[in-house]
Amino acid sequence: MNATGSLTIRNRGGQPLCEPMLPIAYRVKSFQAETHDIFTMNLVPSDASTKIPRFFPGQFNMIYAFGAGEVPISISGDPGRAGDCIHTIRAVGQTTALLQKLKPGADVGIRGPYGRPWPVDKAQGKDLVLIAGGIGLAPLRPALYHALGNRLQYGRIVLLFGTRTSRDILFANELAEWGRRKDMQVLITVDAGDANWKGRVGVVPKLISEARFDPLHSVAMICGPEIMMRYTIPELTGLGMSEDRIFVTMERSMKCGIGFCGHCQYGGVFVCKDGPVFSYDEVGAVFLRKEF
Amino acid sequence: MNRFEASDLGKLLSSIESAGYRLVGPRVYNQAVVYDEIRGLNDLPRGWTDEQGPGFYRIKKTDSRAYFGYSSSPRTWKESLFKSRERLFSSTKTKNGSIQFTREPVEAPKVAFIGVRACDVVAIAIQDRIFIEPRIQDPAYQARRENALIVAVQCTSSSPTCFCASMNTGPEVRGGYDLALTEIVSEREHYFLIQENSAEGERVLALFERSGHLNDGIEEYRACARPVFEEVARTQKRRMDLTGVRKLLNNNFEHPRWENVAARCLNCTNCTLVCPTCFCATVEDTADLGNSTAERWRRWDSCFTLDHSYIHGGSVRYTGKSRYRQWMTHKLSTWWDQFGTTGCVGCGRCITWCPVGIDITEEAEAIAKNENN
Amino acid sequence: MKTIEELLGEHQFFQKLSRSDIDLLAGCGRNQIARAGEYLAHEGASAEAFYVIRTGTLALEMQAPGYANLTVETLGPGQVVGWSWLFPPYRWVFDVRAVEDSRLVAMDGVCLRSKAEADPALGYRLMKVCAEEMNARLRSTRFQVLDIYGAKKKAS
Repeated sequence: MNATGSLTIRNRGGQPLCEPMLPIAYRVKSFQAETHDIFTMNLVPSDASTKIPRFFPGQFNMIYAFGAGEVPISISGDPGRAGDCIHTIRAVGQTTALLQKLKPGADVGIRGPYGRPWPVDKAQGKDLVLIAGGIGLAPLRPALYHALGNRLQYGRIVLLFGTRTSRDILFANELAEWGRRKDMQVLITVDAGDANWKGRVGVVPKLISEARFDPLHSVAMICGPEIMMRYTIPELTGLGMSEDRIFVTMERSMKCGIGFCGHCQYGGVFVCKDGPVFSYDEVGAVFLRKEF
Repeated sequence: MNRFEASDLGKLLSSIESAGYRLVGPRVYNQAVVYDEIRGLNDLPRGWTDEQGPGFYRIKKTDSRAYFGYSSSPRTWKESLFKSRERLFSSTKTKNGSIQFTREPVEAPKVAFIGVRACDVVAIAIQDRIFIEPRIQDPAYQARRENALIVAVQCTSSSPTCFCASMNTGPEVRGGYDLALTEIVSEREHYFLIQENSAEGERVLALFERSGHLNDGIEEYRACARPVFEEVARTQKRRMDLTGVRKLLNNNFEHPRWENVAARCLNCTNCTLVCPTCFCATVEDTADLGNSTAERWRRWDSCFTLDHSYIHGGSVRYTGKSRYRQWMTHKLSTWWDQFGTTGCVGCGRCITWCPVGIDITEEAEAIAKNENN
Repeated sequence: MKTIEELLGEHQFFQKLSRSDIDLLAGCGRNQIARAGEYLAHEGASAEAFYVIRTGTLALEMQAPGYANLTVETLGPGQVVGWSWLFPPYRWVFDVRAVEDSRLVAMDGVCLRSKAEADPALGYRLMKVCAEEMNARLRSTRFQVLDIYGAKKKAS
């Protein structure tokens, strides 16, 4: 009996059960390049008898590239479908560059799912406004899948997506498909136009004035670079949206994903276990603090 | 509350050993009192005392008979529970890319911590809340913690850098220990008071009772020990406003004092190394040249490094000022939000071991004195 | 068939102006339809109009060696295009092209300038709404320039 009064559960060898830092081997089932630096991996457990744990939209896994390190990556698949473990990753550093080189059949390590998910339940009965910048569309996609799979539970659905150039548009085919649907509105913009792009040019918040939703009966979920979230939020609150219905996702350095290593502290919360999703009224007071 | 003569201290240590525990306790090494493996009475720093101040630490031999006449150590008990380097797992990869993960067996021998000061007892309890919390446990920490016997030795004096009284952690222990000793030394007498506080403490005390002479000690506690504790608490010069500092630091994020301390702080990470509650760690993944076997190690880290807040492209806290502010605000303020208690136990190690003598109590006072509105 | 006064009154840009101001300024406006692909202005041409977008999309574009049409920004319903009528030398800085069929109210710059000179108080109120819109546009443009989706630059 230890000081907290709980008994450690041990296995037959006398070893404490459940080492939360030990990954489970997963195999790359399929691999797809999305843009020049973003790719999607579909993973399955290497041991076929292992079940993929259920996940909620907005949660992430810690993905281990053998011998190199771990990175926290949001799950980008459909939470309503069992049998898939899908991640959309941007190759920005050493570990993600290694993951980008993997072929189907290769193994990675997976720990998770971790994190507080998008409050899709809170948005029931209201309009749902999803605002994505760049790779931020990937962590939002599961929320959209969930809403479309439970369409009657939501009012109007709006997806606003912005990225750097037309070459960086993520999930282009799906965006086109969603854009054709009669039961949701999709608006896309890029920061810099080019010869092939016939669509909107300008920053994401500009799309808000064209979006069809009721600011007094909506929930907004924003995912993208911190700067983008910072200039998007005033456009929403300016319309009368309350801060407790605006949700953002924070990103900080993570070494464990489970609240032990201390790296992802964001003031009084840990991004890994108290987030990464936060409502703006939770973090608003510190959101603009520099070097926080 | 019992008492025994100091001449029986060796028998107490033997009883603890016969209860199955290895002994880790204070000894003199490399011009400091450190916590390390000890074999018995003779290893204890009898007669030694320490002199501490901001950026200052010396030990001195006196002709006192006291075994525990020093205040604190640059070492902490987190070294035994939350090890500075630990392998988490090893793995192998075949040529076709399939990975096998092998869990690291947990080593958790039964160890008795001899000489845990009241502040350090609380520090252990604080770390328990991090590593053994309801949802996820660190199994190695938990196993070592269960097999640890905490034998506190209460403080009958304090160092100038101590401020346990205002942090409500000492000089007297309140809980969280198995056995607590108080050493009373005078011209004519030398004895120990001993109090048990757990089932395991009772068991060890019963073993000791068979070989040593235990008398009732409640009178001596009232007459000698308690007045000393009160005197120690009363005369501590350094103070911290335990509850007030929480809001103070949250409300003064842009206070000019941060620039002031940043000009002095070397970002050397000494404070985080000696702090008994600091828990930041990083993970090192390595592989052999053939990339066929790999290991993951966890090692202590410090929020004073640039690396600590690095996310693709740069560090969030890229100035020394923001890193000092992070450490102090976490320790005294946001720790409350995270774990429900303060993170500071008032042991004063950060003051003693800071090479430029930055004093966390002085910094808090300076901010409070001309607070932003 | 709505009058110019009514159309302007409904438009976001004119929200902060009073009924009587709008009625005064409406005299400078006329309906215009732009077909998809049609150029409303060319870089360097004399700028005597600004366009109030009712429906459709207009693009600000640049042409340069190596770039066919570089779109700087697109603007849609509720927005306006064109400031060069306010400042000498009164020349368009960009090309303005309709991306799709668009219904506009074209406001005559010379007419607006002369009304503002004749009634400075009206001119001041008009200038205020123009300045506010330009400020918002500048803010957006600065965020565009930051290139936040690009490869991160080191902070230090």
